[in-house]
Amino acid sequence: MSNFKTRILANQEISPGYWRMRIQAPGAVADCRAGQFLMFRVQLSLLPLLRRPFGIFRTGFQPSDVDGLPPVEYLEILYKVVGQGTAMMSELHHGDRVEILGPLGRGFDGGEPGRRKILVGGGIGLVPLYMLAEQLVGGNEVRLLMGGRTRDDIIVVTEFERLGVQTYVSTEDGSLGDRGLVTAVLQQQLDTDPDADVFACGPLPMLEAVHDICRQRQVPLQVSLEALMACGVGACLGCVVKGVGHSETSPRFLCTCKEGPVFRAEQLAWDRLDRTEGTCEGCK
Amino acid sequence: MMSQQSTAKVSLAVEIAGLRMKNPVMPASGTFGYGEEFAPYLDLNRLGAIVTKGLSLRPKAGNPTPRICETVSGMLNAIGLQNVGVDAFIEHKMPFLREINTPVIANFFGNTLEEYGEVARRLNDIPELAAVELNISCPNVKQGGIVFGTDPQAAHQAVDVVRKNLDKPLIVKLTPNVTDITVIARAVADAGADAVSCINTLTGMSIDVRRRKPRIANRTGGLSGPAIRPIAVRMVHQVVQAVDIPVIGVGGISSAEDALEFLIAGAQAVQVGTANFVDPDAMQQVIDGLERFCIEERIADIRELIGSLEV
Repeated sequence: MSNFKTRILANQEISPGYWRMRIQAPGAVADCRAGQFLMFRVQLSLLPLLRRPFGIFRTGFQPSDVDGLPPVEYLEILYKVVGQGTAMMSELHHGDRVEILGPLGRGFDGGEPGRRKILVGGGIGLVPLYMLAEQLVGGNEVRLLMGGRTRDDIIVVTEFERLGVQTYVSTEDGSLGDRGLVTAVLQQQLDTDPDADVFACGPLPMLEAVHDICRQRQVPLQVSLEALMACGVGACLGCVVKGVGHSETSPRFLCTCKEGPVFRAEQLAWDRLDRTEGTCEGCK
Repeated sequence: MMSQQSTAKVSLAVEIAGLRMKNPVMPASGTFGYGEEFAPYLDLNRLGAIVTKGLSLRPKAGNPTPRICETVSGMLNAIGLQNVGVDAFIEHKMPFLREINTPVIANFFGNTLEEYGEVARRLNDIPELAAVELNISCPNVKQGGIVFGTDPQAAHQAVDVVRKNLDKPLIVKLTPNVTDITVIARAVADAGADAVSCINTLTGMSIDVRRRKPRIANRTGGLSGPAIRPIAVRMVHQVVQAVDIPVIGVGGISSAEDALEFLIAGAQAVQVGTANFVDPDAMQQVIDGLERFCIEERIADIRELIGSLEV
């Protein structure tokens, strides 16, 4: 994979406002690492102009439509319709042409083999955790803590269960699973047994809370950040986050697209991160 | 990587202020990093030139995020000239650029006249740099940049200081955020600029109506992309008539046809900016398209097209 024109294999709404798109992608299974993302060009015109970044949910093979032809290699993204670009994406159908740049960025590091793995997902932030779970289930106990505002925000959890992941669901309104924040579940689990690696993706306030919980207990944490970005290759500098030790005179900016989107918690200047909530359409 | 077959049929080569280029296509500063970011996606050896991200005397942090947002057929940015600084550029970025068979143009800026002079002096000492582009037009930083670009006397002074410290070809990038761009163009030409590139971004603003907040943290930003192309073409047309030095056209180019508008208006070369974000091989497509156009129109040398506007 790199920069290529391809076609959509399927595009379905899986929960109110949440969509799942399957895209033909030769080489995806070998090339894509857990936590990487792609830049998606909605259509080959000026509207929308920029590509949108999306975390890669999973890769695989499906049988060909035509008898006797080899299976078709695909990748999947999940997206939430929040703006013009994602609204246009939700109008696309099987067979429509799109353009993909990817896989991009640094993905997750699997952590210490054999140690318990806790994945924490907030809403659409669950996306990059699936391939990580696939990678980890062989030799580790893997748990998914999934949180959302309501039951509509809880997506594809059963697919994690099929991998053998123990899942814990919480919603703020109590419409599914425990009532409350996913971070409360994390705190509880780490208080019972802090010997774990934590991996998290979701809104920044959730990540900040996860970081506090892990830091207090000296639990290793990796986070996948989302950011507005124009290029995805480290040139526009739109997606920067402040790295640890950053100052005006000695800037230490990290590109979410290139040095991330997955960071070890200790790489980031947590007390100085900018709030960009409500502006991001993609999930990276 | 990419083959160069059929380039023999058509000459795309141009020369600006002694700077020879295989074709008239180069990136706009700030949209192409330091070149290496794009190496996986296009053959850097095929470009007319490479223009670096704007450099300053010391590393610069840039503005808070959000720094970018999309607008209709364009985008606003207020990156704030984040860059590694001229010394780190020489140490860490030049080694890669040295290996590429394409002229490198370093874009730079200063906060004071002294800084402009000092950066120029340091860049002048890099033998592999083909030329420099002086930024007196960034709309997103308080000091420097646009302060020098909107006043003819200040522009003259900045160019004068740089000229005294520089033997290399000097391109000056102009801002469109003025009443009459030809006044500034004449001022920098008088001060010894070898060429001008126009235009930098237009100051703009976009508001998130639900949050009642500007979409970018800096409140205002520079508008780029296809939305600004007609303005850029008009300004290039005006500047070409106002000065005798070569003009490099920039503003919203994403295809060969877009580039041709500028060449026909009289630009000797073009810069591709925002399109590099949309398509990392956008310049390759522009170059291929220019060649195709020349073949179709039976033009042996692209220079025949430059300034061929009929009015």
